[in-house]
Amino acid sequence: MDSCTNCGLFRWVWQLLGFDPPNHSETRTVYVANRFPQHGHYIPQKFADNRIISSKYTVLNFVPKNLFEQFRRIANFYFLIIFLVQLMIDTPTSPVTSGLPLFFVITVTAIKQGYEDWLRHKADNEVNGAPVYVVRSGGLVKTRSKNIRVGDIVRVAKDETFPADLVLLSSDRINGSCHITTASLDGETNLKTHFAVAETAVLQSVTDLDTLIAVIECQQPEADLYRFVGRITIRQHSEDLVRPLGPENLLLRGARLKNSKEIFGVAVYTGMEAKMTLNYKTKSQKRSAVEKSMNSFLLVYLIILLFEAILSTIMKYAWQAEDQWDEPWYNRKTDKERNSSKILKFISDFLAFLVLYNFIIPISLYVTVEMQKFLGSFFISWDLDLYHEESNQRAQVNTSDLNEELGQVEYVFTDKTGTLTENEMQFKECSVNGIKYQEINGKLVPEGVTVDFPDGPTTGLTKEEELFFKAISLCHSVQIGQDRVDGSLDGFQCANGISTQPEYYTSSPDEKALLEASRRMGVAFSGIDGNFMEVKIFGKLERYKLLHLLEFDANRRCMSVIVDTPSGDKILFTKGAESSIFPNTKGGELDRTSVHVDEFASKGLRTLCVAYRRFTAEEYQEVDRRLCEARAVLHQREECLADVFNFIEKDLEILGATGVEDRLQDKVLETIDALRLAGIKIWVLTGDKQETAVSVSLSCGHFHRGMNILELVHQKTDRDCAEQLRQLARRIQDDHIIQHGLVVDGASLSLALREHEKLFMDVCKSCTAVLCCRMAPLQKAKVVRLLKISPEKPITLAIGDGANDVSMIQEAHVGIGIMGKEGRQAVRNSDYAIARFKFLSKLLLVHGHYYYIRISTLVQYFFYKNVCFITPQFLYQFLCLFSQQTLYDSVYLTLYNICFTSLPVLVYSLFEQHVHAHVLQSKPALYRDISKNALLGFKPFLYWTFLGFGHAFVFFFGSYFLMGEDTSLLGNGQMFGNWTFGTLVFTVMVITVTMKMALETHFWTWLNHFVTWGSIAFYFIFSLFYGGIIWPFLHTQDMYFVFVQLLSSGSAWFAIIIIIIACLFLDVMKKVAYRHIYQTNTEKEQSTETGSSINCLDSMCCYSGGETACVPIRRVLERMMGRCSPARFSRCGTSLNSLCCQRFSYKLENDEPTALDE
Amino acid sequence: MTMAPKDIQSKESVPSQRPDNTAFTQQRLPAWQPLLSASIVLPFFFLAGFSFIAVGIGLFYSSNSIKECEFDYTGSQPGDRCGECLNVVFNATHPCNCNFTFNLTDVFQGPVFMYYELSNFFQNHFRYMASRDDTQLSGYLSNLKSPVNACYPYQYDEKNTPYAPCGAVANSMFNDVFKLSYYVNGNYTEVPLTGKGIAWWTDYNIKFSNPTEDNKTLTAVFEDTTQKPPQWAVPVWQLSDDATNNGFVNEDFIVWMRTAALPSFRKLYRRIESGNFTEGLPVGQYFLQIDYKYPVLSFNGRKKIVFSSVSWMGGKNPFLGIAYIVFGSLCVFFGILMLIVFLKTQGTTNDDM
Repeated sequence: MDSCTNCGLFRWVWQLLGFDPPNHSETRTVYVANRFPQHGHYIPQKFADNRIISSKYTVLNFVPKNLFEQFRRIANFYFLIIFLVQLMIDTPTSPVTSGLPLFFVITVTAIKQGYEDWLRHKADNEVNGAPVYVVRSGGLVKTRSKNIRVGDIVRVAKDETFPADLVLLSSDRINGSCHITTASLDGETNLKTHFAVAETAVLQSVTDLDTLIAVIECQQPEADLYRFVGRITIRQHSEDLVRPLGPENLLLRGARLKNSKEIFGVAVYTGMEAKMTLNYKTKSQKRSAVEKSMNSFLLVYLIILLFEAILSTIMKYAWQAEDQWDEPWYNRKTDKERNSSKILKFISDFLAFLVLYNFIIPISLYVTVEMQKFLGSFFISWDLDLYHEESNQRAQVNTSDLNEELGQVEYVFTDKTGTLTENEMQFKECSVNGIKYQEINGKLVPEGVTVDFPDGPTTGLTKEEELFFKAISLCHSVQIGQDRVDGSLDGFQCANGISTQPEYYTSSPDEKALLEASRRMGVAFSGIDGNFMEVKIFGKLERYKLLHLLEFDANRRCMSVIVDTPSGDKILFTKGAESSIFPNTKGGELDRTSVHVDEFASKGLRTLCVAYRRFTAEEYQEVDRRLCEARAVLHQREECLADVFNFIEKDLEILGATGVEDRLQDKVLETIDALRLAGIKIWVLTGDKQETAVSVSLSCGHFHRGMNILELVHQKTDRDCAEQLRQLARRIQDDHIIQHGLVVDGASLSLALREHEKLFMDVCKSCTAVLCCRMAPLQKAKVVRLLKISPEKPITLAIGDGANDVSMIQEAHVGIGIMGKEGRQAVRNSDYAIARFKFLSKLLLVHGHYYYIRISTLVQYFFYKNVCFITPQFLYQFLCLFSQQTLYDSVYLTLYNICFTSLPVLVYSLFEQHVHAHVLQSKPALYRDISKNALLGFKPFLYWTFLGFGHAFVFFFGSYFLMGEDTSLLGNGQMFGNWTFGTLVFTVMVITVTMKMALETHFWTWLNHFVTWGSIAFYFIFSLFYGGIIWPFLHTQDMYFVFVQLLSSGSAWFAIIIIIIACLFLDVMKKVAYRHIYQTNTEKEQSTETGSSINCLDSMCCYSGGETACVPIRRVLERMMGRCSPARFSRCGTSLNSLCCQRFSYKLENDEPTALDE
Repeated sequence: MTMAPKDIQSKESVPSQRPDNTAFTQQRLPAWQPLLSASIVLPFFFLAGFSFIAVGIGLFYSSNSIKECEFDYTGSQPGDRCGECLNVVFNATHPCNCNFTFNLTDVFQGPVFMYYELSNFFQNHFRYMASRDDTQLSGYLSNLKSPVNACYPYQYDEKNTPYAPCGAVANSMFNDVFKLSYYVNGNYTEVPLTGKGIAWWTDYNIKFSNPTEDNKTLTAVFEDTTQKPPQWAVPVWQLSDDATNNGFVNEDFIVWMRTAALPSFRKLYRRIESGNFTEGLPVGQYFLQIDYKYPVLSFNGRKKIVFSSVSWMGGKNPFLGIAYIVFGSLCVFFGILMLIVFLKTQGTTNDDM
């Protein structure tokens, strides 16, 4: 049942509902065309239908299920509890006050999720309703995709996608092969050939198929796209023929048929059990550091809340001990109050206080954060600087949850091939029979020979050379371009071979480069015709019968073919890493080849060794038999095959080796440099061999010449490894001035990790650059994991392009996929995908920085504004005998977070740019200012919290002293009541809190202006409206004209002004003092960027337009500044002059967006 | 988010993915980028500081020019003013009379306002404050007949007759009566006290209104109710002789119903603006007669009577002036402090840059 771990909730629910009983047997038996045996000794298995359900909800279950999902969140649940408490007990605030915001938050989230689900429904319906043709009762029946059952024979026409996982029965070709492309599954655009079993391949028509009686047995569904083990039993002439089925027989749902008119296949996995759908797993949720701090802040506030509630409850009873407070004659208790039990009353009082203060937990925080992340992530995909012109790809955001984590990265783990390099292979050198060759101008030049006949006629190849290139031309998994195959099937019309050169399609760029090189040398692979591979040697066609293909796999690190040569020999050609070839070699120029391989590697070339083996007839028979047996095994086929492969690929004769260059990507050096300046440590993890990896590291600036390179390689035993590690540690200590680089290989790494994790980590951490070579995919993930859980808990980022990087990408805090040539798997599993490595610097240094600043301020500000909100309420309890009287009206309580203060912070968190983007990019060191979650640490949190409390005290006591004088504040001598008092506090609060946001804002776009002033204006307009009407459905009309009366008081205006300014004064002073005394680099950049500090006023007058407006202000300023120091004066003067033309320069910048690249 | 729908589409004919080059998508919206640096904030500090001090001095003087005098008449100690009335009960039929004279040494510029002040009286207590029915007070007959539950225990009396006005707030209405006389030419002349305009205009005209029912008189409308809260001595339709100031729209009642924010509060009692006293209260001897009815002893409360003139900003309130002066001085002080710090660090920071 391991497949179930991958398939998410739907399957679970599905099973729970009994639609999909858990599969008991390990295999599933599929009766082709659902012709069940007559004898009845079979147990009918139940299979899922072919309906795809990627949607989460249905119309019926949307409300309950969505609510359930939402209330699983702690914050929502908390507010639900508060709401229920309010409903149950007699609380001072109406349930609406917490019910409405909760309803708002839930509704917004539900609308978002509902919309997303609606899109999924639409897509599902489209897919499920697509017309398909199914063979039923001897005819072709058109039906809908969702009606396909397991066992149905489905017809798929050219360029259609397969509606389910099908076992290929026959195609329009006589050999039963067809081509498909899996671009939508894994992004590989090459054509793949799939085959039908020979016995069914002949059944090319519906009527033929109708006679077929067959049973397919195969594994239960699993997510691995490249694994399929099964067998087909065909009843022919009352005789059972058993044929093996492998991945090459299986057509995956979602893949597309190419180059064949039509195929027939049996559906084996349908609907939610198809491999593609199993792969759409819900990715494990990654949580950002900010979210974690957010939750711990929440906890702190929860404690504050409990503390306040408990304190208030105790105080209430302390006051009530005296009769004169408890029940004066004017304020009699109700009978209920008098009679209820003490403990019950105590509890209900506690709950009431809890409800009263519950707003200290910001309810809209989560929804705002979610909206900010969702909307904010568009800026990444919209960024022109992250758009790659050549491949027409823009940055892709797969999860918006981690935007801010991009600003926190401490370690970057990068793959080499395709990430640092182009993955565009160029054949450079080769070694044949112990002689080293270079390719110069498309010709093979042996070492030592000077090129004196640059344009001379092509010389022939020696026998060894020819065999070498034949091996290269035959041992591969390349497809020929579709135009040829398409044009006239298997035709020979291009016999001259030069006019049309076929295009090679492959998932391995190495093979393509080798084949192309081989073609240039005169040995050209020109296609596959049936079982024959055609090779043109200097225009002369030779046909090799392909007997067996021993596929490449990452553990064996090689692949082989067995061919029947035109001369009748059975030859095995093997191509692979030298580590897997050399040990199995018994002949040829082994030593010299090995030297050459090392030479190639040290030049940064990728090397492959080529070898061959000639079979005798008996040997071949043995090989053939064992291969066929292994392929028919149903259980543990991989293991059996590996054994057979090992048996076959031995006693090899070395032919030579190739060296292929992989060009570095653009600006890798600069990017790595920038990241390093930003304080990010970079680890290169590659599967390549040490020499290649080191040389690439050197050329991309990961290692540099001045670096002392330490090695931990070729460690065989645990003890040696430990010893070496200790030595390295000592060397680092002795020599701590110079920078160190560390090279580790996979084998040594696994030793080091097994026993000496700590020592190894210590060594690694003191190295500036680490290079791990010869890494298996899982090892990559393990290294990432190790760093992740080390005591400092650094934030890690993994970037890679291939399927082998997926585990690492998923493991790291942030996974970035490069949209490269090695398919889409990395991109699909990543959190962000970019087209080129160089984009990483902008992604981290600019976007990461911005998002971090934005979200951390957002979080702090949210807690701050709620402290401001609720603390006066708490303080008021001291003045009303802890009777739970609210200070603010219910409507204000409700709308404070939803309407009055929500937008400025949202807009801020979408648009804020404290420093210009190009500054962030050109000064990577600024990234260090925000490292280690700097803005959400204990100190900033404390500062914001105290600021919140401080402001709350100022609002409250400011208003208290004003009103506490007991004098009239109105010109007509009338008095205010308690609601006016609360409204005064509230008004001051809304304005102060909004202005505090304004103080934080460095980047005032028109939107910021609009929402900031708009929020304040809205508050006033709303209050006038709310207070101007007798609301028919409200019990009390407490607020009637209160706001107008407040505003008609001169004293109130004076008080509002001074309280607001006094609040902000503290903050401004702190900001200015810190800016001056403890200036961070970022702040320094801010002031240098804007040239001079008076730029603020200056740009303001530029903003309102017109230089003339500047002049008087400038004069005043100059006079004022003159007082400070002459130096400053002159600086101001010049900068003012220059800055009044700022608009002009700004325009320039607008016209040249590319200038930002610098 | 699953990518299912997207992946199914083929990628063959994708149009250019090139993002739009607009100021918005490229985060290049024109923006004002202010910077809170010393050289902009310092002048502002001084500017703000001095202007605050100036305003503060103005406010302080304006507040000081307002005359105010108050007299405590709780009589909590025998021998104090009104000490004889200390043990009064709420709805005593014969109020305790208490008189005293006082001298004004300064002219009180008119209009002069007369407030009563209660302290230790928690009008802001939740239970108390909630015990009212605004719908009843705005004249709805339905609520006159059946007040809201919040009014409990002053919702219905023992005979299940609804209270009108219901609730604890109404029940505890302040009911001391004051009469002021001025000693002139050897005679005391009564100072006319105006009860008009002591409540908010909107409260008096819109929020509060008497119930009406088919041309019935006020008395008749209240017939089915208790006509008064339990503590009151007079029915609600007898609060005043003036028909426009009776029932729920009695201004004294409305003033009382606007619950105070703090446990010690003043409420406007009367305005002195007519007769010979339009210009205010002249210097001289005054005689205050109090019908002492409102008991405060039980909760240690105090009662005061206050005379005050007002400016356009209201009564005497030194807080604002002082706050402005103090804050202004703080601004200046910190401005100077920061200036010194900056001048000292100026050299070093310049080197850094």
